[in-house]
Formats: sequence, C-alpha cells, structure tokens
Amino acid sequence: MSKLARAFLRHPSGRIGLAIISLYLIAALLGIVGLTPHDPLKLFAIDRLKPPSATYWFGTDLLGRDTFSRLMVGIKQSMIIAFCSVGLATLFGTVIGLLAAWWGTLWDGILMRIMDVLLAFPAILLALLIIAIVGPGTSTSVAAIAIVYTPIFARVVRGPALSLKQRDFVDAARTFGSSQPYILSHHLLLNLVAPLAVQVTLALAWALLTEAGLSFLGLGTQPPTPSLGLMLAESKNLMTQAPWLMIFPALTIMLGILGFNLTGDALRDILDPRTQRREA
Amino acid sequence: MTPLLSVRDLRVGFGQNPAANEVVKGVSFDLAAGETLAIVGESGSGKSVTALSVNRLVDFGGGRITNGSIILQRSDSSTLDVAKADEKVLRTIRGRDVGMIFQEPMTSLNPVHTVGAQIEEAFRLNRGLHGAEAERAALEVLERVRIPDAKSRLAYYPHQLSGGMRQRVMIAMALASSPRLLIADEPTTALDVTVQAQIMALLAELRAETGMSMIFITHDIGLVAGIADRIMVMQHGLAVEQNTTDAVLDNPQHDYTKHLLNAVPHFTSGKAVRADNERTATSEPIIKVDDLVVRFPVKKGLFKPKGAIHAVDGVSFDLMPGETLAIVGESGSGKSTTARAILGLVEKHRGAIAAKAGRSRRPIQMVFQDPFASLNPRLNVEALMAEPAIANGQKLDDTLRDRMRFLLDRVGLPADVLNRYPHQFSGGQRQRLCIARVLMLNPDVVVLDEAVSALDVSVQARVLDLLVDLQREFSLAYLFISHDMAVVERIAHRIAVMYAGQIVEIGEARAVLSDPQHSYTKRLISAVPAVERRRQHFAVDATQVPSLVRPAGYEPPPANWREAGQDHRVRIEETK
Amino acid sequence: MNYVVQRLLTFPLILLGVSILVFVSIRLVPGDAITAMLGTEAGLLTPDQRAALAAYFGIDQPIWSQYLRWLSGLFQGDLGISSIYGKPVLSIILERFPLTLQLALMSMLISLSVGIPLGVFAATRNERPSDLIVRMLAMLGQSTPSFVIGVLIIYVLSVFFGFVPAMGTFTPLTVDPLASVGQLIFPAITLGFAFAASVTRISRSAMLDVLSDDYIRTARSKGASQRSVVWRHALPNALIPVVTLSGVEFGYLLGGAVIVEQIFALPGLGRLVLDAITQRDYALVEGTVLFIAFNFLLVNLLVDLAYVALDPRIRIGGR
Repeated sequence: MSKLARAFLRHPSGRIGLAIISLYLIAALLGIVGLTPHDPLKLFAIDRLKPPSATYWFGTDLLGRDTFSRLMVGIKQSMIIAFCSVGLATLFGTVIGLLAAWWGTLWDGILMRIMDVLLAFPAILLALLIIAIVGPGTSTSVAAIAIVYTPIFARVVRGPALSLKQRDFVDAARTFGSSQPYILSHHLLLNLVAPLAVQVTLALAWALLTEAGLSFLGLGTQPPTPSLGLMLAESKNLMTQAPWLMIFPALTIMLGILGFNLTGDALRDILDPRTQRREA
Repeated sequence: MTPLLSVRDLRVGFGQNPAANEVVKGVSFDLAAGETLAIVGESGSGKSVTALSVNRLVDFGGGRITNGSIILQRSDSSTLDVAKADEKVLRTIRGRDVGMIFQEPMTSLNPVHTVGAQIEEAFRLNRGLHGAEAERAALEVLERVRIPDAKSRLAYYPHQLSGGMRQRVMIAMALASSPRLLIADEPTTALDVTVQAQIMALLAELRAETGMSMIFITHDIGLVAGIADRIMVMQHGLAVEQNTTDAVLDNPQHDYTKHLLNAVPHFTSGKAVRADNERTATSEPIIKVDDLVVRFPVKKGLFKPKGAIHAVDGVSFDLMPGETLAIVGESGSGKSTTARAILGLVEKHRGAIAAKAGRSRRPIQMVFQDPFASLNPRLNVEALMAEPAIANGQKLDDTLRDRMRFLLDRVGLPADVLNRYPHQFSGGQRQRLCIARVLMLNPDVVVLDEAVSALDVSVQARVLDLLVDLQREFSLAYLFISHDMAVVERIAHRIAVMYAGQIVEIGEARAVLSDPQHSYTKRLISAVPAVERRRQHFAVDATQVPSLVRPAGYEPPPANWREAGQDHRVRIEETK
Repeated sequence: MNYVVQRLLTFPLILLGVSILVFVSIRLVPGDAITAMLGTEAGLLTPDQRAALAAYFGIDQPIWSQYLRWLSGLFQGDLGISSIYGKPVLSIILERFPLTLQLALMSMLISLSVGIPLGVFAATRNERPSDLIVRMLAMLGQSTPSFVIGVLIIYVLSVFFGFVPAMGTFTPLTVDPLASVGQLIFPAITLGFAFAASVTRISRSAMLDVLSDDYIRTARSKGASQRSVVWRHALPNALIPVVTLSGVEFGYLLGGAVIVEQIFALPGLGRLVLDAITQRDYALVEGTVLFIAFNFLLVNLLVDLAYVALDPRIRIGGR
C-alpha cells in the first residue's frame, strides 16, 4: 500500500490533484466549523460591489456579502453533496452490479434492464425530473445525483465482475467448496477495488459539476445558503461592473473538478494492469 | 562470398537508459543466402529482441540498439548497416528484403480488414501491384500456402479463420515480396501439435521452392531440429553456443545447451514410460466415469433452430488409486471440459461420475494450466493456502500454519513465503504453490489440467519430477490433461486419446505410444517434434478438425470398440 | 447479426420502461392531480365538478388503466395539453426541437472534428512536449463546465469585442441558413467544449492502445509507412470507442442544452423543460422528458448499428 502511495505522489497529476483536493477539504472543514473571514450571510450594506481588497479578498456582491467566505461555504455545500451522492451511488451500484454478474441470466437481465432505463435519460434531465417531483433542495440534489450515478457504477462493476467470475481462481475456489459470500468478498470485490477507486474519483468530479449545474439553474441548493453554481448565475448580469463575482466562482468550480479529474487520472495510470505488468 | 546478413556485437537496451538496461548483450552471427538459422532460448533470453533488431521493429517496442552493426546484403547487391539506417530506408527493407511472421496469429492480423486486402497491401507496397493484378497475386500466394478454397477466403475477416489458417495468411503476406530473408518468431507456439507440424512442413517446402534464408526463433530445441542448418543458443542476452545443427544437437559444448537438451522432454514412442504401477483386477476405481456427455447450447440467430456444441460426447474411463491417467488431445478435443465436468465446474448433460468416498470431504482437487490466473493476485500465500481449509470448516490457527509450512517445504518453496503475494513468484514457483494448496485438503485424486504447459522446459522437467514424488508420498491418483505427448510419456501409467469430444483410444501407456492403432493417435504421435527424428520428412497435410456444433436432437452413433491388446482399446473408425 | 437483432429487440423494452418510469414519477408528485393541473383555480371547484373532471381525465380509474390510456394516447401522438401554453404538448415540442437538434449536431460536429485529429496527433507524439500540451488542454477542457465556459464567452465577447450574441429569438435553418448557424455558433462551442476534450482524450488513448497491437507490428513488417499505419491500420480500430462515446455524449448534449439554452436565452427544448419544471406544468414535463429520452435512445441505437458496421467481428460473427 505504501508502494502505491509513493507511485501516486511520483505521478505529476496525482500530486497536483491531491493538493487541490486537500485545499478544498480544508476549506470545506473551515466552512463547516464556521471559521470564515466574514459571516457569509451578513449584509455589509455600505460595502456593496467592492472589488477585491485586503478586507474582502475576493470582493463583495450586490448585497455586500463577502465573496471569499461565501465561496468557502459553497465549497462545503458542494463537497457534502458530492461525497454523499457518490457514496450512495457506489454502494447501490456495486451491490447491483456484483449481484447481476454473480447470479447471471435472469437476474442479470432484469437488474441491468432497469439500469438501462435509468441510463436512457441524459444525466441532468433525470436529475431535473427528480427535482420536479420532490422539489429542489440539498437532499434532493444528493438523491438525484446518486440515482443518476447508480447505473453507471452498476455497469462499471458488472463488466469486470463477469470476467472475474470466469477466472481460474474463482473456479479453484469452487472446487474447494468455498462459500458464496467468501468468493464474492475475497475473489470478486477485492479485485474490484482498483477500478472502483478510479471510478469514485472521477464520479466525484462529475458530481461537483452536476451539483454546480443544478444550482446554476436555481434548482439545487436554495438561497440564502451560498452555492457555487448560484453565485456564478447571479454574477451574469453584473459581469461588466463586477467581474470578480464571476471569475472567482468560475475558477473555484473549475479547479475543484480539475482536482478530482487529475487524481482519477493518476489513479487510473497507477492501477492500470498494463502498467503494473510492465513494472513486475 | 559475403553473407546475406552479418551481425556483430549487437547490443539492445530498453527504457530511459538503454545502455544500463540491456536485453541483448553483444551477439554476433552470420547468415548465408539460403541458410536457416535457429535461435533457441527460454523466455527472457533476448532471442526475439535479437530477431526484431534485424528489421529494426524493435524500435517500436521501446528498444534501442546501443552498439554493434547489422550488415544486410540487399537484392541489388548493395549492403546496408541496419543498425544505423534511418526509418525511411528501413521501410524499404521491411517486407522487400526481410519478411516476418509472428507468434500470435490470433492478434497479428488487422481485425477490420479482410485477409485479401491485407495481402494485397503487401503486394502494393513492395511490388507496386494494384487492383485486379494485386488480387490475382494475393490469390496465387494463398494457394501457395495451401489454403483450401483460397478464392472465397480472400473475402474473409481474420476472426473467421482458425489459428493455423491465420498463420498461413501471415506467411502468404510475408512471401508477397519474395523476401530474401524470412524471420519467424515462434510461429507455431500458439498452435496445436498437428497444426504445428503442418506449418513446419509448409515452411520447409517454401524455403526449398524460393531459396530464401530463414531466422527461426523458438524455445523448443526439438522443433528446429528438422528445419535448421545452424543453431544459436541464447541465455541472458548472450549467444552461449552456435554451430551446425548436428554439432549442437549431438555434441553440445556449453553447459546450458546440455541442460536444455536434457530438459526437453524427449519423445521415445513409449520406451520411457513409468513402470511403477500395475493394475490388479481386484482393486476398485476411485473415479468411474460412464458415458459422460457435456453440451453447450448455441443460438443461431432468432429463427433458426438451436443446436449444441458437443464438447464431450460419451466418454467413459476409470481411474485406480495411485494411478496416472493422461488424457491427451488438441484444443477443442474436450479434454479440459471432461476434467471440469468431473470437478462439477461445468454441468454434465448426461452420464455418471462416481467417486469413491475419500480421505476428505472433497477427494478430487484440481491444478489449473495458468499459474498466473489461478491465484488471486490480491491475497497473500497464507490466505491462499488457508482457503481450502476454511471452506471445509477448519480454523486458521497454528496447526493449519504448520501444515502450510510442511507442504510449502515439500514442494520446494521456502517456509517464510506466507506473507508474500503471487506476483512475487516466478511461474514455476506459482505452480508449486498451486500444487501445495490442493494438497491442503489431503485429496485422493488431483486433476492436472495442462499444469506444466505454461512453464519453460527446464522448470517443466523439475515440476514433473516433483509430481511423481508427491504421487508416491501422498498416494495420489492423477488425471493428467495434456496436449504434449513427450510430457505425457514421462508421467502417465495409462493414456486416453481424445478427438472431437470422444475417446478414440485408451490403454496402457506403453501400448498406446509404441503401437498406436487409431489414425488420429498415429497422426498426433508423428507430429511430435523430436531431436531424434530430425531426418524424417513430413508431407504437408491440411486436415481440419470437424465442427462440433450439431443440430438440436442429434445423437452420435454408438461407439464400437475393439481390443488391441490387454488393456488397450481402440474405437473402430467408420469407413466412408 | 445476432447482436443487431438483440439491440432491436431490447429497444422497445427499454422504451416501455422509460414510459413507465416517467408516468409513475409524475404521479408521485405530492398533491392531487386536479390541483396540479389547474393550479389555484382548482380551489374554486365544487366537489361535483371535481368528480366530473376526475372522470373526464380518467383519474378515478386504477393506476394501470390510467397508464394504458396514457400509453395509447402516446401512440396517437397525444402527449396531453400544456397548462402554461394551453396547446398540445407535442406541437410545442416540435416547435422547439429544431433549435436543440441543430445545436446538438453542431456541437457534436465541432467536437469530433477538433477532438479526433488532436487525439491522433497526440498519440503519435506520445510523451513529447506537444503531446503533453494537448493532454493538459484536454484535461482543463474536461474540467470546465458548460455554464462556466458560456458565461466566460459572453463576458469576453461583450467586454472585449462589444458584441452581444442575439438572444431570445431564433432564425430557423430553413429561413436563413447562415444567420441560423451564426446564431448558434457560440452556444455550440459552449456545449461542445467539454465533449471535444473527452473525444481528444479517448481518441488518444484508443490510438495508443491500438498502436501497440500486434497487427500494427505486422503492418510495419510489410514496410507500411507511418501515415498508412496510423490512418489505414490503426484509426478504424481506434474509432470504435470514439463512436461509442459519441452515442453516450449525444445524450449529454441534449441534456446540456438545458443549461446552454438558459445562458444564451435560446427558445429550445432545454428551456422548455426548465420552464415546465419551474412552473409545474406536469404534462409538459412528462412530454419533454419522454421526448428527449426517446431521442437519446434512438441515437444510441443508431450509434450501435454504426459500431456494427465498423467492426466486422460483430457484423459477421464468429466461425
């Protein structure tokens, strides 16, 4: 495991990605405990639309709220939604994909056709449909993104699980009379950790993007709670007077997605069986 | 006269720093026009890299020539140092002066182009032929490599052809430009023995027809005996011995050559079979298989009726305690399916498999062909060894660890390996680990499914010796599945020959090997390459394995047997 | 051919599943259907009027019979009446669809014509500076959401060029092709930006995989030139994953149109979905979502068939 960590830190994308994620996690933690430079919700009426300065690092908005503090809380909001939704999607997707592959035939058909139905909707549309039913909000965003990504995880798990099921070591386990839970956990799941780790990281990037997209449309996190997408959307009409209101949220969103994408890429490179074989 | 090819002090390295990471460490050899040189060595000896350097394909695999010269005489009698030539010039020697065929016919042809288009391309690039002319030339060369019904095969895609056929297409492509030198990189390793014999005979005939030179790379010193003029033996990137074929085979000088010749299983037509087991009429079989049938359904489109692959069709045999029964056959013969059916890994369609109650709850255990695939890469040795015991209700405690250490020691692995992972072992060590693992349950029968086929010859010989020792010590019965007659001769007491899902001949090992009765057994035995039989000549033969897909409801006619001796039965062949 | 038959058979099955999901989802909306349909006016109804309306719309029937009625309506092109527009849902959709389709096709065209050559270029320059630059750009592109790119494009255009893209209206292709394409060019770039980046990445890695395949070595041993190796031997094999990706991405383009049409204030299908959701026009939500999913599935089916045409191993089947 330490060999893996070293290889990861030697990978340039891995290093940059990890640095960005750490930065965001720190920002999110500070956002949770409330250690922001200013109160993100407090209106400093005399300080409307102030450009970046020593007091307001990233400037203030139309209502005189501190952009930097609001971004920190926005990051917290985004990270919570991304981690919760991807966690749920990983759990359900893995279980469904694993069981579909293991049981095979009829159950495989039924489970995967249900996943196909979910996949028949463009991701954002499915999320919108769910929001249309339940109404917007943080927990709706979590549920919507989780439902969107569950079938993707199911597919990512099912493919390799099917080929693992054919492998000689699973046949060997059968000849020993090993129990099904033992085979599923030791022979299938243990070998799926690598592809899952990559997929989870990339899905986190996607979840950040989707969350920001939903709140950009006004259908994600509801005001007054700050969210990155909404901050960007609100900046649209003020872009000529106050470009900082647009630039900083845009960069914050991009950088966050970039961090997870870079990490996922580095993980894929390191865990790729082809590169592994070259080293062995 | 100057040689066609003259290689001096060739060094090839890989990676960022090729000089420090050499795979070929100073190899020199000459090749005269019309001569065939065999480069023999085990995996990692640098034999393929040496050959790929001759047309500099090694560059595309990440290799760099760090030193030496490769002087090639071209068709216009000019000479060229390939080691220093640039890519543009190299392109004109590839295909035109130097043709090449590769090990894996399955992946060496482009899947999205027809074989015709791929052969025509060779003609276009090297002879400037186009359109109908190229097509005619392609057809002609396909006929030269003895592909039946060549005209319709031109429109086939590679995946529609068998391995042997694809290798013929590769040869046709290499011949397109009438190269003066053909490099064959393990061209028959991936093929069945009888197909291998066909390809070898074809290469020998083509060489005689065209007068081209050949460099033949192989790990099997027995295989090249019949085709090579000279042999160069390589080990760890060095040529340890080179001389004429007869001199190397009959009077080897270097220890490694002697070792290789010793390790190669020599097939002696039954003279070397084991004599440590006599069947007695009173003993009771530990496994009795009666009329075993395994079928895999196939769907033929939506509306056509379903058929089935008759993988195993009416197989019967019995196995006595302490005895080795070898099941011999080529790919698709049903030998592995038979083994898997006995273990319950595939469902049988019909028939009975009766196993006598043994020393443990699971008296039959299996060792698989590929030691890399049969060990879970994420589990360490302790977990791997413990799995069979845990599956049968034991606990991972010190008693169990003691048994692990005892068995690991017994198969020749150090006892301190319990915390290591499979990728830290060599192929031979992994196979030893697999053997130790199946012994954890103290079985009565071990099924060995091509268990030594994936190993280098010298490793193979030691694992075979180990298997014989273990058989005596633990009184095991072996069901030994193999395609390799020479290996079988060393370990089998009895032999069953399978062909197209059926046993065609079964009996005592010496009788089957020295006096084969069925035409397929005879063909199989004559195809075994052997140092001793190198002066024998084989005719090109294009017999194809029949299709095993049968229409729904088809039942094969009942088998008729005749006795060819005491404990030697042969299936009577139908005359058409 | 087995594969094609299987795909054609599962297509209606998935479609049925999609229709059930959409129908049930909308019926899960809290509150009763008549209030949902009429909004505040529903409060003025007498119980008798309510019952009559319920009978008229068939809401008093069990859910499965409502579904069958709704489904048979679908087959006749009856997607219900929009409460915002007071018109049949299908006619509104068909009015808005050309814009969204043109937008999606334009972005796809842009992405593929930028992404494939860039990816192939990068693969042949593996690990050299030009490859690293392409990879960095692609990574950045993939991490930039369309709404960020869209807002940036509008900002750059208006601040530095004093140019504001026409918003609110749309000139159909049939009326003035040039103006129509010109009007959608920036939205199309916005929508296709991330897709171009992923096409680049997939093309590059597929090309790299293929270039290390055995048959490439065979082609080289025949004396084929680098150009012939790349374009004739490698590209057809490397395109297979790109085609698969394109099918999936087309759906994202249809979905992404929701955001891009919002940014550029374009009257397309995406805006319609959004309006329907924010104004709780459930018939319209149902119709638009179903319509988009149907198109997505159709495109995926077509892509799968294209895939079959590209790969003889599937087209012709094994021995």
